[in-house]
Amino acid sequence: MAANDAAFIELDAVEKVFTVRRRAGWMRRERHEVRAVDGISFQVPRGEVVGYIGPNGAGKSTTIKMLTGILVPSGGRLRVAGIDPSKERTRLARRMGVVFGQRTTLWWDLPLRDSYALVRRMYRIPDDRYRHNLERCVELLDLAELLEVPVRQLSLGQRMRGDIAAALLHDPDVLYLDEPTIGLDVISKVKVREFLREVNTEQNTTVLLTTHDLTDIEQLCQRVMVIDHGRVMYDGSLAGLHAVGESERTLVVDLERELPPIEGVPGARTVRVDGARQWLAFPAAASAAPIVAAVAAAYPLVDLSVREPDIEDVIAKMYAERSG
Amino acid sequence: MRLYTAVVASSFRRYATYRAATAAGVFTNTVFGFIVAYTYIALWDQRPHLGGYDLAQAMTFVWLGQALLAASALMGGGFQEEFQERIRSGDVAVDLYRPVDLQLWWLAGDVGRAIFQLLGRGIVPMIFGALVFDLALPASPLTWLCFLLAVALGILVSFALRYLVALTAFWLLDGAGANMISVVLSLFFSGMILPLNVFPGALGETANALPWAAILQVPADVLLGEHQGAGLVGAFAFQVGWAIALLAAGRLLQSAATRKVVVQGG
Amino acid sequence: MAESQLYQGLRAYALIVGMWVRSTMAYRTSFVIMALGNLAITALDFAVIGLMFSHVDALGGFDLAEVTFLYGTSSTAFGLTDLAFGSMERVGRRVRDGTMDTLLVRPVPVLAQVAADRFALRRVGRIIQGVALLGWSLAHLDVNWTWDRVLLLPVMLLSGAAIFAALFVAGAAFQFWASDAAEVQSAFTYGGTTMLQFPPTVFTTELVRAVTFVLPLAFVNWFPALHILGRPNPIGLPDGIGFAAPLVAVACCALAGLAWGAGLRAYRSTGS
Repeated sequence: MAANDAAFIELDAVEKVFTVRRRAGWMRRERHEVRAVDGISFQVPRGEVVGYIGPNGAGKSTTIKMLTGILVPSGGRLRVAGIDPSKERTRLARRMGVVFGQRTTLWWDLPLRDSYALVRRMYRIPDDRYRHNLERCVELLDLAELLEVPVRQLSLGQRMRGDIAAALLHDPDVLYLDEPTIGLDVISKVKVREFLREVNTEQNTTVLLTTHDLTDIEQLCQRVMVIDHGRVMYDGSLAGLHAVGESERTLVVDLERELPPIEGVPGARTVRVDGARQWLAFPAAASAAPIVAAVAAAYPLVDLSVREPDIEDVIAKMYAERSG
Repeated sequence: MRLYTAVVASSFRRYATYRAATAAGVFTNTVFGFIVAYTYIALWDQRPHLGGYDLAQAMTFVWLGQALLAASALMGGGFQEEFQERIRSGDVAVDLYRPVDLQLWWLAGDVGRAIFQLLGRGIVPMIFGALVFDLALPASPLTWLCFLLAVALGILVSFALRYLVALTAFWLLDGAGANMISVVLSLFFSGMILPLNVFPGALGETANALPWAAILQVPADVLLGEHQGAGLVGAFAFQVGWAIALLAAGRLLQSAATRKVVVQGG
Repeated sequence: MAESQLYQGLRAYALIVGMWVRSTMAYRTSFVIMALGNLAITALDFAVIGLMFSHVDALGGFDLAEVTFLYGTSSTAFGLTDLAFGSMERVGRRVRDGTMDTLLVRPVPVLAQVAADRFALRRVGRIIQGVALLGWSLAHLDVNWTWDRVLLLPVMLLSGAAIFAALFVAGAAFQFWASDAAEVQSAFTYGGTTMLQFPPTVFTTELVRAVTFVLPLAFVNWFPALHILGRPNPIGLPDGIGFAAPLVAVACCALAGLAWGAGLRAYRSTGS
């Protein structure tokens, strides 16, 4: 076991090539190759939480499908806990939890409780572990009132919480989350993040998650990987990503009345004015406090909020940086 | 009006995209056509003029049944499940506030589907049948036109029936039971599993008076030239009568359902 | 390894089926309606034959008791398979909407999960109808029940169910490649059981040869039943050919298993 801990998840030049057939006129079809994953290598030590981000179609889901054993890689070497996922799919399945944001792994027509009972038998979870884990999930994810409800009647946020619980009942060593907060309301998002943090610290569960929400990464991940066109473009801390991408946060201020663009705030520039509302951009790594103070001192402030940069923007800037 | 034409067209296009499903359906219809045809041959071999049909007419009936199975939704399907899902999920409340007529909206969609399935799933099995068996197809283009009218009216009656069945989802938790009963009745009383004129005595008379007869038996008899002159007018009147009665019943039930939604707020 | 795989599969199958049965029983009224509806459908299915025999005394030279015997055996064998594997036609839909992936991340064989998914107890309707008609025909048949004929009856039903099961699995495997083509399967399964309800003499000898050598449906009930009924083989095969049914069933299941494995491999290399 110990030998695995430094490289609990290990990818070495992993590739996935799809052959796509396209209709080219009546009855004729053209074949062409798509390299969804084009030589990805990385290692994740046990207990790390990694954010795996990139634009749609970048190869994120394909990577997760290979890590879980759903897809067989076209090339390279891949190990999770020393197991080759595509060869020993069911053995690995006992040690991993998977949550697909877009589709449930629960049984659509069964109440949550029945789904969990089935998971218990399927994964052969010992009674005391099952009771303990279920209790904890019910408490932390606020599921008590949902246990008797058929899955199809749950809202997206409720279902997601139900799914995350189902993925953790068998104490997996590694947890894969594909867009776990997509479409969730603010309260559900907060609950999900808190819960994941706790699972990670208490049980040293390794977590790999894909997301479009930078807040997920900020609050959960020690490490972030940017993938595009099937390759790793960045691998490091979130702060480092902001530095590379020169990403900016935005301070949105509502003034008492319409005024000319705000001037004279060090480290920030006004990028937009719309009536009494103005937008000021400043480097993501900088603190918002002095900027807010400077604005408040010189202008009649009614309300304000800070907007985090979009992942898409950060990545776009990163590209601009490289090519320029 | 233009809106409903657009719905017909978009529904047609939507079904046209399911190429593999259409091919699979044609294959299945053709296989069943062969199986049923041979059992009818064995039957007509013993009773050459059973139900007033000769063998060629019986064979035509078999292949026509396979050709219309999808278009006339004799096994259910079409808009029904989708509509029931919207009722179940409560999305129907949104539909009710839109400035369109709910029944006409779904009818337009079903017409688009039926037109595609008549072309996509009707023609090929019929050709297969005509190549292998001796069919009694009419030579007169007028008979074909009358047949097409009868098919169209049959699809209207089929829609009206399925609309009623779909609306039961407002009151029943699960529409599957009602759907299943509807399929049983439609298969038996349309003539799909055996022509209605082969049914004995009172059963035959009853079956011929029920709305399901308008879906397959009447179009088949029009194609086979069994209805002429006043009889033809009577056949159309039978179809139109059922269509009006059932569509009206659909509206009544729909307004009852709407009141229920308004009162309970979805 | 292969043995534990089989055990795991059966265990998972039983678990999931148990769960569905319990959940079905939670909506008892709905279940009763569906079960009765199913029974009604199968009853109407037989009504065709009843109506036909209201006009004739024999079809293809077989009387009502003999045709009912064929119907009962075909329907019972098919009913057993439809109950156990009836959900397999949903594979194509799972491939299309991506939920196949969720089955692949669980620690049990996919085939067991697919077969047990949405297990519908209401499908016992067909078995009940098949057994009832079989019982009626046995009471009315004029058969010299020698030991080999007595033995052949249960063997026929089990082999028949296994041959149908192979068709269901192979059809489901085909959907990994053609996910929209679920209906093709119906041509062979529902079409097959419909065909076997009638005497082979009703069909052309080419058709009988096709369902003997290409797709061996004739071994489900025709050949064993012909031996029991003491009738000659319509395509000149030896009389004892009916006893080959179990061997044919085993071969079909093996081929279907290979097809399933190939389908799943194709899915796991293309993901669609």
